[in-house]
Amino acid sequence: MPVLTPPTLPSEDKRWKIVNGTMRKNGYARHALIETLHTVQSSFGYLDDDAIRYVALSLRVPLCRAYGVATFYHYFTLKPPGKHTATVCAGTACYIKGAEKLIAAAETQLGIGPGQTTPDGEVSLMTARCVGACSRAPVALYDGEVVGEMTRGQMLERLERWEVE
Amino acid sequence: MTLEELEQIAIGARRENAKYDYEVNVCMDLACASQGAGALKDALVKAAEASGKTVLVRRTGCMGPCSHGPLVRVDPDETLYSRVKPADAERIANSLGGPPAAELQCDLAEYFDKQVRVVLENAGYIDPEKIDDYISRDGYKALLTVLLEMTPNGVVHRITESGLRGRGGGGYPTGLKWGTVAKASGDVKYVVCNGDEGDPGAFMDRSVMEGDPHRVIEGMAIAAYAVGASKGFIYVRAEYPIAVARLNTALREARRNGLLGMGIGNTPFNFDVEIRLGAGAFVCGEETALIASIEGKRGIPTPRPPYPAASGLFGKPTLINNVETYANIPPILRNSNKWFHGMGSERSKGTKVFALTGKIANTGLVEVPMGITLREIIEVIGGGVPDGHTFKAVQTGGPSGGCIPDEMLDVGVSYDALLKMGSIMGSGGMIVMDDSSCMVNVARFFIEFCMTESCGKCIPCRAGTAQMYTLLTRMCNGTGTMDDLALLEDLCTTVKEASLCGLGQTAPNPILSTLKYFRNEYIDHIVHKRCTAGVCNMEAAVEVMA
Repeated sequence: MPVLTPPTLPSEDKRWKIVNGTMRKNGYARHALIETLHTVQSSFGYLDDDAIRYVALSLRVPLCRAYGVATFYHYFTLKPPGKHTATVCAGTACYIKGAEKLIAAAETQLGIGPGQTTPDGEVSLMTARCVGACSRAPVALYDGEVVGEMTRGQMLERLERWEVE
Repeated sequence: MTLEELEQIAIGARRENAKYDYEVNVCMDLACASQGAGALKDALVKAAEASGKTVLVRRTGCMGPCSHGPLVRVDPDETLYSRVKPADAERIANSLGGPPAAELQCDLAEYFDKQVRVVLENAGYIDPEKIDDYISRDGYKALLTVLLEMTPNGVVHRITESGLRGRGGGGYPTGLKWGTVAKASGDVKYVVCNGDEGDPGAFMDRSVMEGDPHRVIEGMAIAAYAVGASKGFIYVRAEYPIAVARLNTALREARRNGLLGMGIGNTPFNFDVEIRLGAGAFVCGEETALIASIEGKRGIPTPRPPYPAASGLFGKPTLINNVETYANIPPILRNSNKWFHGMGSERSKGTKVFALTGKIANTGLVEVPMGITLREIIEVIGGGVPDGHTFKAVQTGGPSGGCIPDEMLDVGVSYDALLKMGSIMGSGGMIVMDDSSCMVNVARFFIEFCMTESCGKCIPCRAGTAQMYTLLTRMCNGTGTMDDLALLEDLCTTVKEASLCGLGQTAPNPILSTLKYFRNEYIDHIVHKRCTAGVCNMEAAVEVMA
């Protein structure tokens, strides 16, 4: 197999070292694509074109396949998240306990739909398929912190606090 | 590690625990942790030190009745405290050696009495990050005994005889699957653990992986020995970061103790496991899609045959089982098949873990012998529907399952009985709905899920689910017609019969089962423009009429 020169780093950012680490650990195998994209997302918060191109070239994966994977899976996001993220669980147990109303209330409050970020970049509103805390439905995650038995009032209060900040 | 060395570790761990007069176990599973179990544990450690008694404060996996959390169990008396706050820590520490803190105690005898704990036998009793805790409860004994005393064929035979069926939902006989992979030719084979718990509303596999990770690893190692594999993969949802961390710790500890790696138990058997993260695609629960995902591709199913048993991961024979199936293996081999046959019904042996949620008093994890009636699970263990509402339906099997009405609750739980009722066993989600749920809206919820989760490869699923969603949306906003209903039923059959994989083939189940048992609600929506549960907004209908 011809030796390929590794692609140049998209930037001087130190976080690329972590990304390289994941690829090295997996021996630059093509099947490590998803693992590597996970590392990119956990380091940078999202996947942008430069990142996808860099990973694809490093692992010798066609660009279309890397982009296909990045867009196929819900967990990957191609847009930078806001400073804070509110994720409302939309799993079955949460739906039965009124998650749809919570999502609608958050939409009205923030003026954005699920998957979007407020224009000032402060708050992102997300929905999750299920976070596995079904016994405490309806559940929301505030910057990763799981809060169960959510009420409309509690949620709006939290969102307001973020907006004011 | 040899059996004697394992026994030494177990004795050492038991002796270490015996140094303490009291064990205070704190449930730190997601539900309890989200209610402040972390701060509670710190407070208990402090209070225990201050009390001057010899107390072991231990973090454990899920104890079960999540709606009563945060939970604390004090051993040896097995006193269970519910809704404990950090401020109560001192009260609990002071009660040790005297009468229990009655005001914090909860009586959940009915919740526990009907349950039989096999898969969850360690949940709530061990620290999931300590391998010694697992070994002290006979952990890895089955693996080492099997390696020393049984042939691979013998193991396959034992599992076949046990009658264990796949706990991922389909109920395929586990022994038969193992036998097929064992017979497949090839030097390289793989075992894969499906921990992609995609069913929204279910969290059994998360709790097992978080609360007792070594059990899954031991089950996989035994399976690898039986089928002749030396490499395993655990595919876990990225949405379960704690499970991933616990599994990583467990793998490290197992390697350090020589229970994974080269020459396990001083035999020529080599085995190691890697973790692969899912990335949020329901279809990856389907085995061929899961394989594609481990290979770093989009999770798109391929037609079977070839089955993974013949040509799976990287084109090699591959055994894929669910988390709960692997978790059943060590106890089956430690005990006799007679013991396992003693639980369950004619064609469904053993126990099943369910995640009981929705409109029910006691939400949480329950493990029941097969054959128990749904009514017992819901009314006795679950404590029935709270707040004066009446029961309407119970949903099993998630987006692939169906809704079961009150008049069918006296049927015993088994793979075949649930299938006959128009639902499936599924991985174990059990969601109770009361009179405030609209069944048309529920069907729409599930079909929306399947529509967004369809991978788009085959047309019946990709286009069919979208059309069914449009029809159900019309019914829910009051613009549906009886022709729409006829078309919907027709589409259900097409999608069911013509889809490539399980996702599409089962996607119409929620509609078919609600049509079968709650047809009157559909008629109400279409003819009378009325949603008795008050869920659907019929504004569009009013406009049309005006």
